[in-house]
Amino acid sequence: MRQDHLISATDLSREDIEAVLDRAAEIDANPAAFRQQHAGKVLGLCFFEPSTRTRMSFDTAMKRLGGQTVDMGPVESSSVKKGETLADTVRVVEGYADSLVLRHPSEGAAKMASEFVDVPLINAGDGAGQHPSQTLLDLYTIRENAGLDDLTIGIMGDLKYGRTVHSLAEALTNFDARQHFISPESLRLPRNVRYDLHASGSQVKEHTELDEILPSLDVLYVTRIQRERFPDENEYLKVAGEYQIDAETLESASDDLTIMHPLPRVDEISSDIDDTDHATYFEQAHNGIPVRMALLDLLLTQDR
Amino acid sequence: MTDDHELRVSKIQNGTVIDHVAGGQALNVLAILGIDGTRGETVSVGMNVPSDRLGRKDIVKVEGRELSQSEVDVLSLIAPAASINIVRDYEVVEKNRVVRPDVVSGIISCPNRNCISNADEPIHARFTVLSDGVRCDYCDTIVREDEVAANLNVN
Repeated sequence: MRQDHLISATDLSREDIEAVLDRAAEIDANPAAFRQQHAGKVLGLCFFEPSTRTRMSFDTAMKRLGGQTVDMGPVESSSVKKGETLADTVRVVEGYADSLVLRHPSEGAAKMASEFVDVPLINAGDGAGQHPSQTLLDLYTIRENAGLDDLTIGIMGDLKYGRTVHSLAEALTNFDARQHFISPESLRLPRNVRYDLHASGSQVKEHTELDEILPSLDVLYVTRIQRERFPDENEYLKVAGEYQIDAETLESASDDLTIMHPLPRVDEISSDIDDTDHATYFEQAHNGIPVRMALLDLLLTQDR
Repeated sequence: MTDDHELRVSKIQNGTVIDHVAGGQALNVLAILGIDGTRGETVSVGMNVPSDRLGRKDIVKVEGRELSQSEVDVLSLIAPAASINIVRDYEVVEKNRVVRPDVVSGIISCPNRNCISNADEPIHARFTVLSDGVRCDYCDTIVREDEVAANLNVN
């Protein structure tokens, strides 16, 4: 890693990604060797939005490296409620920690915050922008299950507001991946992501239906379509129903199809898929620990 | 410069003539440059003047002020064909084209209302200039060339 911070998947080269995934594999194989790697170091957790798994997995990852965490707690009981700017909050908290993890509801928040601090800052989600640490664990899961080159992947659901989708699509441009995007017309990829995919020369296709490409996929990455994105309840129900999968949907899929989801899911993946060999989303969530350990290890040990 | 517009907008003695501005953009040019007449300078504006090159063009003349290249480069976003003529004693002594800058800051607002640059933070919106628009350095929103004028952060 040559990065001071991890803000966007667009900052990551193939070399950066492979460095994190390789380190994560080392940790997976021998976690005991890393148990005291960062003893005495403190990670600051700044979550301005609710989070369960991302917050817990960073917390666990730091502790498994021998370090500790400080958490600013919920926004409701913090100085943010008193009107403090984000720029001030991170400048104060960097004095308490060796690295910061930030989640914030505004796009660009992590980028801005990184301009005000000297310690490494990790973007754990900025509005509908980016979520690059999720992408690293997604890539780790894909590499373990299907391989990252000569890959055919379908990414389905809310592509417009889904930050995990934006980061994953950008990161996959570093690999020999054919990307298929499946969504309703109103939730297509945003202009900036389409711009980058086009500029990278990647093989990209957009679809409104899964059926036409399902048999060709090695990986299907499903995301949740959120009710609040639709002004009309009926419109939501109509659209969301078309992007749900169950065991019957998968009859035309390859036996080796890997199904992923950043979680939490609501009803976009039926529980009758959970016991099939396709279901990889819980393994994917568990991979958050070695991958975030690897990321923290690399960011905390590089010469600064 | 053609003789045509010379007949319509009087010559200046000293200052800057911004010529070949796309028709209808003259007031945005003044707004970007922060020229609103309150400092007493004489400003002449010609709008929709017939032009061989542009069909219709705007022209702006600012008396008594020589605009620097860095001041005018930002105009390239809304008036890419503009030429800048520095006039001394009624003669054009320097003629330059606008050059696209790499970055513009504080001039365009991000149209994404949820962008951190629109929150109450101690930063200015900053954009990287693309070949056909600009891109927010914070939230990555792309503003196409034909949308820039509508997002000017002026007045």
